Amino acid sequence: MAEELKKPDDLLDINLSPPAQGWMETTPTFRKGTYCYSAPLKHQQYLELPNQREWQPHDADWKLPANWKEIILDGMEKLLKKHRSFRLFLDICVRCGACADKCHFFIGSGDPKNMPVLRAELLRSVYRRYFTLGGKLFGKLAGGRELTVDVLKEWFYYFFQCTECRRCSVYCPFGIDTCEITMMARELLNLVGCNIQWVIEPASNCFRTGNHLGVPPHAFKKTLEFAVDEIEDLTGIRVDLPINKKGAEILFIAPSADYFASPHWFTLLGYLMLFHEIGLDYTWSAYASEGGNFGLFHSMELAKRLNDKIYAEAKRLGVKWILGGECGHMWRTIHQYMDTFNGPADFLEEPVSPITGTRFENTKSTKMVHIAEFTADLIKHNKLKLAPHRNDKWKVTFHDSCNPARAMGLFEEPRFIINNVCNSFYEMPENTIKERTFCCGSGAGLGADENIEMRLRGGFPRANAVKYVKETYGVNMVACMCAIDKASLPPLFEYWVPGVEVAGVHELVGNALVMKGETERKTNLRGEPLGE
Amino acid sequence: MKAFYPFLAVISLLSIAYAGVGIFGMYALFGAVIPYTAFLLFICGIIYRVIVWAKTPQPFCIPTVCGQQKSLPWIKADNIESPYTRAGVIGRMALEVLLFRSLFRNDRVELRDGGRLVFSGNKFLWLGGLLFHWSLLFILMKHLRFFTEPIPAFVLFLQGVDGIFELTIPALFITDGLIIVALTYLFLRRVIYPQIRYISIPSDYFTLFLIAGIVSTGILMRHIFKVDLLEIKRLSLGLVSFHPVVPPGIRLAFYLHLFLVSVFLAYLPVSKIIHMAGVFFSPTRNQMNNNRMVRHVNPWNYPVKLHTYEEWENDFRDAMKEAGLPLEKNE
Repeated sequence: MAEELKKPDDLLDINLSPPAQGWMETTPTFRKGTYCYSAPLKHQQYLELPNQREWQPHDADWKLPANWKEIILDGMEKLLKKHRSFRLFLDICVRCGACADKCHFFIGSGDPKNMPVLRAELLRSVYRRYFTLGGKLFGKLAGGRELTVDVLKEWFYYFFQCTECRRCSVYCPFGIDTCEITMMARELLNLVGCNIQWVIEPASNCFRTGNHLGVPPHAFKKTLEFAVDEIEDLTGIRVDLPINKKGAEILFIAPSADYFASPHWFTLLGYLMLFHEIGLDYTWSAYASEGGNFGLFHSMELAKRLNDKIYAEAKRLGVKWILGGECGHMWRTIHQYMDTFNGPADFLEEPVSPITGTRFENTKSTKMVHIAEFTADLIKHNKLKLAPHRNDKWKVTFHDSCNPARAMGLFEEPRFIINNVCNSFYEMPENTIKERTFCCGSGAGLGADENIEMRLRGGFPRANAVKYVKETYGVNMVACMCAIDKASLPPLFEYWVPGVEVAGVHELVGNALVMKGETERKTNLRGEPLGE
Repeated sequence: MKAFYPFLAVISLLSIAYAGVGIFGMYALFGAVIPYTAFLLFICGIIYRVIVWAKTPQPFCIPTVCGQQKSLPWIKADNIESPYTRAGVIGRMALEVLLFRSLFRNDRVELRDGGRLVFSGNKFLWLGGLLFHWSLLFILMKHLRFFTEPIPAFVLFLQGVDGIFELTIPALFITDGLIIVALTYLFLRRVIYPQIRYISIPSDYFTLFLIAGIVSTGILMRHIFKVDLLEIKRLSLGLVSFHPVVPPGIRLAFYLHLFLVSVFLAYLPVSKIIHMAGVFFSPTRNQMNNNRMVRHVNPWNYPVKLHTYEEWENDFRDAMKEAGLPLEKNE
């Protein structure tokens, strides 16, 4: 794949003007580099998904069930009755076009069907044809069209080319959220067994072992022990490592990439150091060893199945409340879905910081606090001794991850933390941060290798804003709070804006944290010399 | 081409009214039966659509957040863009409905040479949309003078303000000019911008042409084919009091106007114009961002197949024992 990849200048040959031919007359070509492969059979089987088979999107025959059309239309009717958002968003779009140039995939590819309005219209046209009077009577004149195999393939192509980032919904005068449309389209595709590997495999692993990477409990313990050793080498301090500890005050849930991938790993070191330093009575769980929820990119049902273990484990361990690490869609699930899926969490207590006494009133129902809220509160109350100069090597900018930004409104907490642990912080242009933040291009299960071209195209607007602050202020570090970002931004920047690194906010905290009894630090958490 | 059939459709509608009234003299049909039918379809249609939306559950709380959440006391929360109280939601919806807040945020992205993305403000759609909708509202409210006796003071006031530049007799209304400008802009952008042209479907043009037809017949009968306003008021008062009378001598221009209005009313509930009711139901805008504070209940929630702790421990018991992890059952 890598040798086929175009150079940045060639990839930038983007024409944002659509072709003369109407969109209903075009069908997608499954061009390598722009789509994801299908889910392997064993994971389809493990999750008991419908229409299990070996197939690939570039095959001519998708081996659909004979009555696939009935299944889809029947499924659509059910979804229309279950989700007001779905029906409403299909009904009220006026095609004003405000969303057209807001999607990172459209900006980076120029493919007109990546305009959110048109992406939704792919589904809306079928809705009109089969579920509205105008469409039944006037067909194409009323914007309706027949459901054919080509239409289904088109759905697959474009709804697995949407990262559910919700940027378009910020600009829509009616708040139409393409993420909702994409979620429904994916539910429909799943009814006939059209899935992608990068959603199903992590989900299946998570269901089996508790985390996406399929790390079994003993390996989970071992990898955390590595982290403890590494911290000892760096600081001379051996931090505690509580796992499955009954009666701990707090259960801590992180995205599993934090204990396996890089640069996530350094964030993990940051968590462990912070918790040790403040003497937090907490525990990890080997059963609920994952907060991220790839089920959300498949169906509401699978999301609920995967999310259940967080509350179940909190109950089993008898903790008072739950703290969550740096993750994007994990927090969308926790903030907007968890309590509805698997609540009420009435066996837990309203979260109170044992260090500062702060009552996290905004979490009194879910009983789950974001680590940025927790740490910002610690810093505000002067509970941490910090040496920000240890991060002087970095000129830092902050990338708001789509989900904490547009589903939670978590803007100021991470900025407050960064400003206290670093000496130089610079914002990217205002059209690209906070609620207007651009996606990394790899969310919603699209972080695969085979669709790398589309990921680079989708991540281009984000990289471009980073390039701007690099050239203007010399920024060389992008801080973020999402495991997918930490995985997808480094190759993205290597391609579009080389010389910029990626770190979790708690890596920067770990660097600056002055621990009681620590030996003099010569390196940062990455083992690199401190300072310039 | 996508604009051609809708244009033809509106011309056909005008021809129908022209033939019906001008040639065949079916005054009762066009003056009473069709308006009544259209109004009935309008009312029933809207009620039906609203009931369907209202009855469909919104299982999850999914507001789109455009400002700082309510969290720690020393961080200033944005109660309008990230509402955590009912007042915040009302404020958000009011800004959305009255001032098109989200459209105001609109920007345009351009890819410049050297691969630079440049964002520039783009308030034209916001301005065009605002002009169109507010002009329409003013014009509709001024029409109340045909349906009320005595005419309420605010209607007379609006009319006075609107016709403050007495350039012609009768006074040319500012809103008439503005709505024509706005409609022209909304039409031209669909034709000129390739992206907008690409996403437009025939019904988008039909809506524009229909409204343009209504506006132009209205202006024509006020300034060119002058109609007897007192006669028209007799007709409209008759209609609203359910004692329809069709006074003789009302000129054709009025029936063209009335027929297009009737079509518009009947078409509204089955078309995208229903957004005027739908916007209030939009869950990303009308829900509170208090998800972690207050539990949101899904009415159709159902139990799902889980992988419980017990099953999980059974799967990994030996390895866990060896790694020294605590077990529930240490058999």
